[in-house]
Amino acid sequence: MHPLCGHALCMAAHFGLEEGVCVRNGKAESYRVNIKRYPWLYAIAFPVVLFYVVYCYLPMYGVIIAFQNYSPARGILGSKWVGLKHFISFFTGRYFFRLVSNTLLINVKLLMFGFPLPIIFAILLNEIHSSGFRRITQTITYMPHFVSSVVVCGLLKDFTKSGGLLTSIAMAFGGENVNLLSKAKLFQPLFVGMNIWQQFGWDSIIFFAAMSSIDPVLYEATRVDGANRFQQVLHVTLPGLFPTIVVILILRIGRLMSLGWEQIVLLYSPLVYETSDVISTYVYRRGLLEFEYSFGTAVGLFNSLINIILLISANALSRMVNETSLW
Amino acid sequence: MIKRTKAERAFDASNLLLMLVLIFITVYPLYYTLVCSFSDARGLLRHVGPLALPLRPYTLNGYRLTLRNTSIISGFRNSVFYVLFGTVLSLILTAMGAFVVSRKHFKLRKIMMGGIVFTMFFNGGIIPLFFVVQKTGIYDTFWVMFLPWLVSSYNLIILRTFFTGLPDSLEEAAMLDGANDLDVLVRIYIPLSRPALAVLALYYGVGIWNSWYPALVFMRTRSLYPLQMILREVLILETDAAADNNAMMVEESFNRELVKYCTVVVSTVPILVIYPFLQKYFVKGVMIGAIKG
Repeated sequence: MHPLCGHALCMAAHFGLEEGVCVRNGKAESYRVNIKRYPWLYAIAFPVVLFYVVYCYLPMYGVIIAFQNYSPARGILGSKWVGLKHFISFFTGRYFFRLVSNTLLINVKLLMFGFPLPIIFAILLNEIHSSGFRRITQTITYMPHFVSSVVVCGLLKDFTKSGGLLTSIAMAFGGENVNLLSKAKLFQPLFVGMNIWQQFGWDSIIFFAAMSSIDPVLYEATRVDGANRFQQVLHVTLPGLFPTIVVILILRIGRLMSLGWEQIVLLYSPLVYETSDVISTYVYRRGLLEFEYSFGTAVGLFNSLINIILLISANALSRMVNETSLW
Repeated sequence: MIKRTKAERAFDASNLLLMLVLIFITVYPLYYTLVCSFSDARGLLRHVGPLALPLRPYTLNGYRLTLRNTSIISGFRNSVFYVLFGTVLSLILTAMGAFVVSRKHFKLRKIMMGGIVFTMFFNGGIIPLFFVVQKTGIYDTFWVMFLPWLVSSYNLIILRTFFTGLPDSLEEAAMLDGANDLDVLVRIYIPLSRPALAVLALYYGVGIWNSWYPALVFMRTRSLYPLQMILREVLILETDAAADNNAMMVEESFNRELVKYCTVVVSTVPILVIYPFLQKYFVKGVMIGAIKG
């Protein structure tokens, strides 16, 4: 739900669990003493803990239905255990390869095109002299971020129907007058393009911030040494942005397999499942629309596990890179 | 300053041009929608290709039909309610959570922080959540729009960072005067973190405003639907959102395209008009969230 959830990794790594234990007068208090001394803290913590237990940890416990033939009537305790049956039927099922490759392909394309663009945009806009024009451009390019995904997907659908805005532009370049979204080979480019249209401005904010923290003295120094603007970008701006670029890149690699189903569910149709059906949409269809609760949960769990592995490796990579060369 | 060379001037010109192109690409789809919403419905059905101005004869007919659609009005009202109610609850709970995990003398602090961070990496998925929603009795009630996502761990950590940055002296003085932790939270931390809370309120608010799938999965009663669900019907499913209104049926099928554009404008303009005034807060949020990471 959160627009910036991808930064979870760095937040956790940097603010997580680094501080010490509660020690008073040299020795640790027991919980009883701690509660007695600060009852308000526990009262304040209670609703928060309750929320996390009910809506975050209970669903995690519920994941064990992936190893059962769960029926809501029997409940978790009464349902039959089937071990890895659902996982095996997913791995050997006819859609396994298609789902994994679509999930990866769409994400890799989002990364390949959606990642460099905000950086290039930020650098180029920074080279514009008029600060008023810079600000207006920023305001305008951030705007699509605030248009809801239902509206953005709705507009894309409308523009790509036969006779729609995009279709007519494609026709001017020799395309056919057909519904573009019903063409399997166009689904991914359109989806990626839509995402980039909506996010490139917003994604560039962080690079603007990073650029504004580059010491102007560095530019001055290179100018004295006779560097032109291109060389300044190459030798000052880019190295200044590099740490931010690396962190954002690693974060995005960490989310390669996590793709929300919301936008895809809005855009796809059985005609284009071949290129548009991803793991999360499959979980939604099989699990919630066809009531195969256990199977759906198993597929979702598989996806989560891959995500965790990617996140952990990205995190390890981040530590390595950060230690060796950046900070 | 140094005089610009010819090459630099050429670069500046093409750079400016490129930015103008980008602005055009960003704005045109929205502008096109706006233009279509004032166009003649018949002309719109026949027209193929880009538009610079509305097709004559200009009409407000689409808006008249859109605003007569009771679902859109009730969806709008529901969404406003969800946003206000959900945002306030989210803020309160997030502040409470961020507060306790920022208190050094809270013994559960480390465990709780670990538990919160863990939820950012792993969740049970939609199907187990579905059963929890049913078991907790919020299925098909307005609670389902925000309760299961009430606290975002990410936002909580942002706020915790902000809290830890507050000066210790005030609360030490307060503690000496016999203030308890609740006093410190309500009288010192919350007033001092208004800017950070404003940023989080915007994040939560926009999140709830734009969300629709909780309603898709966890709601049945149409009168509870948020605006985005109604928009989904009009824009994506292209069902007659006003099928309950017989008088409109005939006109509706004929004006459907026009109504679609008007619906987009009606639902999007409020946010786009408010947004530039709030932009600096959003941007600030990205900064505290991301740069420090």
